[in-house]
Amino acid sequence: MSCMRRFCHETQSHDSLHSCMCRRSVALLLLKMSEERDPAALSGSAQTEGEEDLFVSAMESPEAARLSAEDISPSSNGPRDDDPDDPDDLFAEATEEVSLDSPERQPILSDGPSPAITPVTISPRVDVFDRSPDLDEDEEENRDTFDIQISVSDPEKVGDGMNAYMVYKVMTKTSLSIFSRDEVCVKRRFSDFLGLHSKLASKYMHMGYIVPPAPEKSIVGMTKVKVGKEDLSSVEFVEKRRSALERYLLRTVKHPALLKDPDVLQFLESSELPRAVSTQALSGAGILRMVNKAADAVNKMTIKMNESDAWFEEKQQQFENLDVQLRKLHASVESLVCHRKELSVNTASFAKSAAMLGNSEDHTALSRALSQLAEVEEKIDQLHQDQSYADFYLISELLGDYVRLITAVKGVFDQRMKAWAKWQDAQVMLQRKREAEAKLQYASKPDKLQQATDEIREWEGKVQQGERDFEQISKNIRREVGRFEKDRVKDFRVVIIKYLESLVHTQQQLIKYWEAFLPEAKAIA
Amino acid sequence: MVRSVSVDLNNDASLVIDIPDALCERDKVKFTIHIKTTLSSFQKSEFSVPRQHEDFIWLHDTIVETEEYAGLIIPPAPPKPDFEGPREKMHKLGEGESSMTKEEYAKMKQELEAEYLAVFKKTVQVHEVFLQRLSSHPMFRKDRNFQIFLEYDQDLTVRRKNAKEMFGGFFKNMVKSADEVLISGVKEVDEFFEQEKIFLLDYSSKIKDATAKAEKMTRSHKNVADDYNHISGAMNSIAADNNTAFKKHLEKCAEVFEKLRKLEDRVASDQELKLTELLRYYTRDIQAAKDLLYRRARALADYENSNKTLDKARLKGKDIAQAEENQKQCLRKFDKLSESGKKELTSFKARRVVAFRKNLIEMTELEIKHAKNSMSLLQGSIEILNSN
Repeated sequence: MSCMRRFCHETQSHDSLHSCMCRRSVALLLLKMSEERDPAALSGSAQTEGEEDLFVSAMESPEAARLSAEDISPSSNGPRDDDPDDPDDLFAEATEEVSLDSPERQPILSDGPSPAITPVTISPRVDVFDRSPDLDEDEEENRDTFDIQISVSDPEKVGDGMNAYMVYKVMTKTSLSIFSRDEVCVKRRFSDFLGLHSKLASKYMHMGYIVPPAPEKSIVGMTKVKVGKEDLSSVEFVEKRRSALERYLLRTVKHPALLKDPDVLQFLESSELPRAVSTQALSGAGILRMVNKAADAVNKMTIKMNESDAWFEEKQQQFENLDVQLRKLHASVESLVCHRKELSVNTASFAKSAAMLGNSEDHTALSRALSQLAEVEEKIDQLHQDQSYADFYLISELLGDYVRLITAVKGVFDQRMKAWAKWQDAQVMLQRKREAEAKLQYASKPDKLQQATDEIREWEGKVQQGERDFEQISKNIRREVGRFEKDRVKDFRVVIIKYLESLVHTQQQLIKYWEAFLPEAKAIA
Repeated sequence: MVRSVSVDLNNDASLVIDIPDALCERDKVKFTIHIKTTLSSFQKSEFSVPRQHEDFIWLHDTIVETEEYAGLIIPPAPPKPDFEGPREKMHKLGEGESSMTKEEYAKMKQELEAEYLAVFKKTVQVHEVFLQRLSSHPMFRKDRNFQIFLEYDQDLTVRRKNAKEMFGGFFKNMVKSADEVLISGVKEVDEFFEQEKIFLLDYSSKIKDATAKAEKMTRSHKNVADDYNHISGAMNSIAADNNTAFKKHLEKCAEVFEKLRKLEDRVASDQELKLTELLRYYTRDIQAAKDLLYRRARALADYENSNKTLDKARLKGKDIAQAEENQKQCLRKFDKLSESGKKELTSFKARRVVAFRKNLIEMTELEIKHAKNSMSLLQGSIEILNSN
């Protein structure tokens, strides 16, 4: 793996994983927390529809976070309802003001053969209080660093045989106040990551948040590692997984809501993590299967959603197309990785053969030149191998991540449809209750009448809730999609440049090697 | 015209041969041989004649089977034109037409034509070199059949059939079988031939291996170029759906990959022409040199047998004169082969060294050129993409 690391150090630049929105939203949240919010109102409400409340205490169970339509009382108002300080507006604000053409915009996620630390910058607490809630574009340009760095490293095998597993060191360096320490190191295993994702998905996906998918399980890959095969393929597998886990965490904390999530904080900070129970430890694929099942259920609905918002229809179609196209691109890049590796192997093979030919050649000068040709080709085969790692880690893995992300995006659209269906169902129910009440008017059963009236009020509430939820999720999705598209563009731009630079490096080396060989060829006499 | 694998064999103005043109009908290639000569043995001083691959093979075989040339290295026959690659691609193109976009189809067609052209160039070159080896050799150039090949203004098909019947390919078959065993079994008195034997046997297997490995390497380069092509296409598809400035960005990226593909293709084909073809050619030439050693070994064996026969005859007191005559002839043949063989093998080494030098230099210069072009393309693109 040294060659991969070598490559990293040669080409990495300290790109800051910079999310303007992330920074500003946290800044504004911190501001609001200090200036306006009554802490009691936050954690006090019994029915904590705490999804929007980013300060929900860590002790909340995931269930509470869900839209619990069943036990909603008509009087409940989550902190987010009609709240002028609705944190949601925060995001909307942030989304609108950030423009693609900001000159200060720095490339964000360095998804490359990641250096050990990939920085994400955040403004330090101090400056937050100087800012007014209405940040304008100038503020953005005077930004301070938004500082959180996460690295996943030092894979270690624990145990033996089929019960063995890999443990990774997760190091978080940050100046954010939500963290208890500046620097914390924990040990986590793969199922811990899956557990985290499963919790986040169950908390946020139904609200329309795009929760970054966890890396895929791999039975074959892990078995090799368990069995103790120390060969190159299992080493590569571990490195691939390590890198994927790192990217996963970076994406997760990049999301302003998820960064503040107590499960995320616990994951990054606490030394002991409750073992993810098998029912919860769904793989990324498992979650997505769940999403897809929901999608199927939605499709089987007899009520066809009346899409009043063309934006959603358009976007859904766009994402369908993008899905297909990205998969195709990914497949081509995977093919490139494969062929580049083959090229490396074949070049090495040729180098050996040329060396043998040189040994056999009885003309002295030609013999020497052939041996030197063999040396050049050997160096070139190493170049090709390094380039194939760049092909893989810079582009192929990123594309793979995005293919999975798009599935998650499609998932939130389906969640919206589910929310709509729920709302419609509530309306139907309400109608029925009204009809039932009307009937009871003429029967003299005052108890039942009262019950019916109560039920009507209950269902009126549910209808209202359903409508609010639907609007909320629609709003969330708009924001999330906006953020996603910006990130996608940024990621791609950054990665493509990095990749081209890797190609430049390869060509530079090629020139160097061949220019060194040329006089040797000319010296044949 | 660039002669890739051999040195310029047209340095004798008295007989200058080249193949300026060739026609491809289905699989059959018709080469136009162009001759310029000051030799009186030819009727005209400048003329052209069409010939097929099979005609070259006929010429090669008749030369191989000519006893007189046993002490010479016979220029290897040009391999049959191999259009299998382009043909396969054409097939794929036909099948996949419905599933491709118009741009993809046009691009693939372009590639196909380029590949076809490459095979074409290779085969023309290798046939040309064969004739030039003959024309530049003091003995071969005077060969009667060579002259017929060059001058006969009609189809050689009939002649070819007759020749097969006459010779029956006897000698050629003999040469192909068990040559290594016989050659290595010879008890060599002559130091020069001992060295040559050891060298040729070892070198021939090494160069065969190097050729195969070079071919695989070239194939991989082509695959990488292919992948760049698909990546470019996929990026263009995504770009088509985007309506923002990102669209331009993606299109630019797609363009970069398209150009990278062209460069990678050039790297692959130049490597093939300068390196792989060189190795291929000398694999065949080494075989021709081994054939010479083989013939000499046979002559030595014949000579040793004739000695035994003479001894027996002397013992029996019968047919002594005949045996003596036989022995004299065998010795003469063997000496002749040794003498001319030595000359041939020495000039062969010189020729090989010069060819390797020339091709290695040209290959290196091309690699540098392509790498520099790639670099400037990439750096220019990075600048443009950064400024967007």
